[in-house]
Amino acid sequence: MMLQMTLRRIWVGVATMFVVSVIVFIMTSILPGDVAQIVLGQSATPETLAALRAELGLDMPAYLRYLEWLGDMLTGDLGTSKAGGAAISDLIGGRFGNTMVLAGLVAGISIPISILLGLWAAMHPGSWLDRTVTFGTLATISVPEFFVATLMVLILAVNLQWLPSTALLRDEMTFFELLGGLAMPIITLVIVVSAQMIRMTRAGILNVMNSPYIEMAILKGIPRGRIILRHALFNAIGPIVNVIALNLAYLVSGVVIVETIFSYPGLAKLMIDGVQTRDLPLVQACAMIFCGAYVILILIADIGSIVSNPRLRHPK
Amino acid sequence: MNEPEKQNVEAGQEVLDKLDKFDELPDAPPKRKLKLSWTGKIATMIVVFWMVIAIIGPFIAPFHEMDMDGDDSFLNAHSNEYGTFYLGTDYLGRDTFSRVIWGARMTIGISLAATFLAYVIGITLGIAAAVKGGWVDMAVSRVNDAILALPSIMLGLIAIAAFGSSIPILVIIAGIIYASSVFRIARALGLDIMVQDFVEAAKVRGEGLWWIIKSEVLPNAAMPLATDFGLRLVFVVLFISSLSFLGLGVQPPQADWGSMVRENLAGLTYNSWAAVWPAFAIASFTIAINLIVDDISAKSGGSLAKKMV
Repeated sequence: MMLQMTLRRIWVGVATMFVVSVIVFIMTSILPGDVAQIVLGQSATPETLAALRAELGLDMPAYLRYLEWLGDMLTGDLGTSKAGGAAISDLIGGRFGNTMVLAGLVAGISIPISILLGLWAAMHPGSWLDRTVTFGTLATISVPEFFVATLMVLILAVNLQWLPSTALLRDEMTFFELLGGLAMPIITLVIVVSAQMIRMTRAGILNVMNSPYIEMAILKGIPRGRIILRHALFNAIGPIVNVIALNLAYLVSGVVIVETIFSYPGLAKLMIDGVQTRDLPLVQACAMIFCGAYVILILIADIGSIVSNPRLRHPK
Repeated sequence: MNEPEKQNVEAGQEVLDKLDKFDELPDAPPKRKLKLSWTGKIATMIVVFWMVIAIIGPFIAPFHEMDMDGDDSFLNAHSNEYGTFYLGTDYLGRDTFSRVIWGARMTIGISLAATFLAYVIGITLGIAAAVKGGWVDMAVSRVNDAILALPSIMLGLIAIAAFGSSIPILVIIAGIIYASSVFRIARALGLDIMVQDFVEAAKVRGEGLWWIIKSEVLPNAAMPLATDFGLRLVFVVLFISSLSFLGLGVQPPQADWGSMVRENLAGLTYNSWAAVWPAFAIASFTIAINLIVDDISAKSGGSLAKKMV
């Protein structure tokens, strides 16, 4: 039953990816109009237009072009960049690794912090600590990522001068050099991502705390800390796993801003540069990678909640 | 006036008195009176303040948004023969104070326009899907799921790469992207209302579909949708200013809070606060709206607060 549901969920994920690829293709290849016309501009004659269209494959019907593009994407041929004509897979290669390093470090730091703070706030609802955490996290999710980044630069780099204001990344760095060099982007992203996770962990636990069996435990006189750790936490694990995956997906948009503000040589920075120069093949490739990562993380979130909640495994 | 007549009048007066005190009867419907906590009141004042600035800003700002009258770039507060620069100057020697005031119109104006567009599209399609059902519902819902399945900033980047960036395009892109979440809510509300007894009764009375939508569905969906408007507006403000911050939204020299932060980032290392003021402006506006929404939803069962987390 569980395997079946998981397989069905994976199938939905694949279908979503397919629809996403159609959307990306329509937006970047069909809606902007005739690319040959745009490239040639004023100097276009009917003959040169026809020649360029044939060269770019624009004389084929749209669905054939889409299938060809999709086939290329799936076999790893991401096309060539319009600017400079370099192969996009070469451009992306190292950048992708850099972004993964950043995302991995942020995930490794923010997940334990958020669960601990969320638990702590849920253990003492209404206390000053809970109120501080609730207001602080609400404030953080209400402001743009670049606000947090600007504030961090102002406090940590300019006033206290503890950290460099941009990301430093060299080959052959030790782990701690890496942590120091990437401190600013990591701190910013951890704050942005944790705020959401803390709120949802707290809400998840408090939700479980409202159920009758917890009331029973309270009436038996079990201390609150023990109730949360022994009784509530295990039932809240499903929602929490869900929250973690959802918020790692949220990293996708955070990373776009943070890589730009700290000029970090990652995939998002590459994509922004591509958007600025309107390098459509590059944008297509980056968008598919980001959207793919996003869809996979959401998939993991859903599978996590299927696995951890027996009631979802055996629907009535 | 004879005796029985007088009694009648008195009885009538009594009924009228009771009607006056209708609200105080034990089984009167609860009053829909909004009581805000003190944080909610302060937040309302902040939002109203920015709305007013957005409307009258250009008339009260000491400088035009493009006047380069400061003595130098990235200066702190000073005054010269042109006037006083209360918050110092930006990277081109323009008055930061005036540009924050001008920026209110741009940032809040675009966001409001985009949110309204999202509501028009979302409610129209959502109610249509709920009322019509069948393949209309299926088709619109599937496309909507795909849009919801992607981070909004990604969709924004793809759209800007394809169409370039201008203010109308920004409004349309944000409107379409955020219409998807409005659609989901409007459709759910519509489905809920369509199975209520009073809609059934209206159908039996022989009312037309349009009459039912206009007189039964929309009024009943209005309140929840209105509360959701605040949340949606926050998301749109964050979306638009993030794009502007990336240099892909409102283009210079026009003042917009997001792009002002970007332009003046370099000044941070010279201890200039030119990048910080517009960032504070965005933060105060969005946090204030969220506090109001939080306050309202705390009073109405907290369902919205859950949607937020």
